[in-house]
Amino acid sequence: MTLIEPIRGLASELSKKRGRPLRIMEVCGTHTVQISRMGLRSLLSPFLELKSGPGCPVCVTHQLDIEYFLSLAEKYGVTIATFGDMLKVPGRKGSLEQMRADGVDVRVFYSPLDALAFAQERANLNIVFIGVGFETTAPLCAFTLREAERRGVRNFSLLSLHKLVPPVMDALLQDGEVQIDGFLLPGHVSTIIGRKSFEFIGRRYRLPSVVTGFEERDILKAIYMLLVQIKEGRAETENGYERLVKDEGNVRAKAMMEEVFEPEDSLWRGFGLIRESGLRIRSKYMVFDARERYPLTVEETEKEVDCMCGDVLRGRANPKDCPLFFSLCNPLSPYGPCMVSSEGACSAYYHYGEG
Amino acid sequence: MEKILLSHGDGGLLTYELLRSLFLPRFRNEILERLTDAAVIDGVEGKVAFSTDAFVVDPIFFPGGDIGRLSICGTVNDLSVAGARPVFIAASFIMEEGLPVTDLERILDSMAQASKEADVQVVCGDTKVVGKNQADKLFIVTTGLGYIYKEVSLGYEKIKEGDLVVVNGPLGNHGLAVLLARESFGFKTEIQSDCAPLNHMIGALLEHHRGVKFMRDVTRGGLATCLKEIALFSKKDILLEEVLIPVDEQVKGVCEMLGLDPLYLANEGKFLLICDPDEATSIVQFLRQEFQQERACVVGSILGEGSGDLFLKTRAGGKRRLRMLLGNPLPRIC
Repeated sequence: MTLIEPIRGLASELSKKRGRPLRIMEVCGTHTVQISRMGLRSLLSPFLELKSGPGCPVCVTHQLDIEYFLSLAEKYGVTIATFGDMLKVPGRKGSLEQMRADGVDVRVFYSPLDALAFAQERANLNIVFIGVGFETTAPLCAFTLREAERRGVRNFSLLSLHKLVPPVMDALLQDGEVQIDGFLLPGHVSTIIGRKSFEFIGRRYRLPSVVTGFEERDILKAIYMLLVQIKEGRAETENGYERLVKDEGNVRAKAMMEEVFEPEDSLWRGFGLIRESGLRIRSKYMVFDARERYPLTVEETEKEVDCMCGDVLRGRANPKDCPLFFSLCNPLSPYGPCMVSSEGACSAYYHYGEG
Repeated sequence: MEKILLSHGDGGLLTYELLRSLFLPRFRNEILERLTDAAVIDGVEGKVAFSTDAFVVDPIFFPGGDIGRLSICGTVNDLSVAGARPVFIAASFIMEEGLPVTDLERILDSMAQASKEADVQVVCGDTKVVGKNQADKLFIVTTGLGYIYKEVSLGYEKIKEGDLVVVNGPLGNHGLAVLLARESFGFKTEIQSDCAPLNHMIGALLEHHRGVKFMRDVTRGGLATCLKEIALFSKKDILLEEVLIPVDEQVKGVCEMLGLDPLYLANEGKFLLICDPDEATSIVQFLRQEFQQERACVVGSILGEGSGDLFLKTRAGGKRRLRMLLGNPLPRIC
């Protein structure tokens, strides 16, 4: 007994009224993967389309930022410490994985705290941790810098490429190009920032949204809740993940982030500059800021290739719409990060056999 | 003698001493003890199956097994799924200078034990030593010879529409056991490698069931990769059903946490077979009752002629395509 049939029934009814399929966007790479793994899109078509948004932190990292850290090791001889996801992201001179095969010191860690411990063990190395992630990861990186200070670690720094979800959703909605009828909100990010952080979606744009968990039943429940809101003409931010998400989020984690980071304007792949959408390390922790320690200018180049990563991130296109998808761009020879990140839409479509 | 030294590989007295004190006592058999350059084997009748594998697993000891046990079971199982009774094994050892002798002894004990379980003999071998950092602790290569069972004939061409896919138990245990032993994720589990010789089980199965058409042991790349290869080579489309696939709870949980898919993880004690649909129930019961494979079951079916697609019917009822494993997140798993 699942919610599939009631969802299809409701979606069919609502889409007939509108004369077009309903469109729900998920803004979390983990949701994109789970939805693909469930084979959900084909089950809900043609009445309901599930579109992926800018939910993958690796994918939304701007190419200039990628070129920056790819050049770091070459110029300063540092050890690059990273989450596994960044390894295969292609740059002008290759990826971190390829550079590692050429002798550059690249290490994968599951947590920045492990990288910090490693830095303590190896005083002769200078570790730069690539801090990629939304509000879920930022508190952990913040805590790591506090620990670095407390332990007096001198050979560790963080490259903050952290980004915030509410600003990019606001930018997406302001743009108004893609017509979305409702949002599945990121479960882990909501655990940190709280359900209320997304209320602007209803207030400013009159659209419904539901905080969504990650089990299959959570996703189905959230979709159903959204459809009911649409039917009843409501535009609320409901909590479909009550077991972990509170209205105010995780106060301690937020305080940790506040202590170490402050918002800054940030460049996003596909979106360009979005105001107050990234996190910069506060001057108090400047000694751990990789950008301060290792200044580097990266030249802008003309985009050589027609990779549609940017459009996919904005929900303007599906991975399958990209002419490079599958034949030219695949996990073995990727053009953009969307194909190699474990949360990338192109990667999910590829691996889970859509198209 | 505490550590293996370069001179242990020089072919002279130290090599001889090493063989005599460590290797020979554990692999007692007439053929080996002649210590000739080649093993001479008499009385081969009918078709022979021949298989080789290199073992570079890291770490060399992991819950449920070690590189030694793997090296015997891996080759034994490759021969078994070809429809052969494994009989003779050749084993070559490449040791890194500085390998503790106690580690080597543990591995050799393990190989002796596995050989006994599988009822095979190690009849020839080689030992080499390379300098520090020129090999990671120990690499083993085993080659095996087996006699193809008369009246058993397996092949891609035998696979037909409607045939069923059976596995003998839960998937993913070996891959995870090795990964968890290698990296420190900060959590403990009871996951053990399923490394085991399958020859007795497969031999008995083939004796009682004529409807087995094809077999593979489900190692690197996991069930999905194995079946995808079969689909491509036999030019058939295959359907797997997610709700039927056996996976231990702990394996499921760890996979979810680490973003891994049990369908793509290595196993070392699991095989798949493709059989006549009429015999599937009997085969599953046989595996469960005679060989304690409690979770043996049908997991999928052959759809018919096609371009070699492998589909998964998901728990939610959707359908998606399974592709070949790309960019293995877990190197050196066997």
